[in-house]
Amino acid sequence: MESVTQTIQGVPLNHYILFSAIIFAIGVMGVLIRRNAIVIFMSVELMLNAVNLLFTAFSAHKGDASGQVFVFFVMALAAAEVAVGLAIIVMIYRNTNSTDINVLNRLKW
Amino acid sequence: MLAQASKGKTIEMNLFYLVAFLSVFFSLLVIFSKNPVYSVLYLIVTFFTFTVHYILLNAQFLAIVNFIVYMGAIMVLFLFVLMLLNLNKDTEPMKSGLLKIAGVIAGLCLLVTLIGSVKAINLSQPLVLKNPGIGLVKSLGKVLFKEFLLPFEVSSILLFSAMVGAVLLAKKEPKKI
Repeated sequence: MESVTQTIQGVPLNHYILFSAIIFAIGVMGVLIRRNAIVIFMSVELMLNAVNLLFTAFSAHKGDASGQVFVFFVMALAAAEVAVGLAIIVMIYRNTNSTDINVLNRLKW
Repeated sequence: MLAQASKGKTIEMNLFYLVAFLSVFFSLLVIFSKNPVYSVLYLIVTFFTFTVHYILLNAQFLAIVNFIVYMGAIMVLFLFVLMLLNLNKDTEPMKSGLLKIAGVIAGLCLLVTLIGSVKAINLSQPLVLKNPGIGLVKSLGKVLFKEFLLPFEVSSILLFSAMVGAVLLAKKEPKKI
């Protein structure tokens, strides 16, 4: 227990920020380069996770529990988002027989 | 004794960098693997590395919740939908090479902007756990049910409406005529 609390001491805070920024950028890249709607959803999950980790790091650094409570709310939101989003994807698949987002470009007009 | 402690500290610091490297590696595999089933499996590994990060930050409640909600519930949803739709490598739509390169460059531009702004504010003090017991279930529960009671109750409405919405959307429309 004591060793666990000693573990992270000494990692600079900006390394956490850089790490989260890298994961967030990977998520953005995933949204931009893929056409499968499910993989795009996974990339959104990656972005949410990057933000969650940064929240936790700052909360641990400042000694304020509000950040970790907020992460909990973000997780609840992610669960709701995935449920509704996947239901929409299933409905799209039933109508168009694919999960390609280019099929949906008629929504532009 | 002190040398041993500092040696332990460097090992643990290196543990952070190792796990961070693994997260970046597997999240890259998520977005670059051709087969969506492999994407989901790599995403599970990525979430596991995030759980390790939470444990390193001594946020035990979040580690458990991350493990159960992300690696359990959300991953089961993804895999279930993926197998329901019978997607595989052959049906996977891919963007053309030029668009892919443009997307990667756009993401790298975002990354450079973020890193530049982090460099500008110049935060480099080491992360110190001032209050190590902060992420335990006991203290987090107290905060959650005192200061954040109303948002907690509202989030139950959010989950309920999401459930109703998902059922309504996924239900087969009755045939007209």
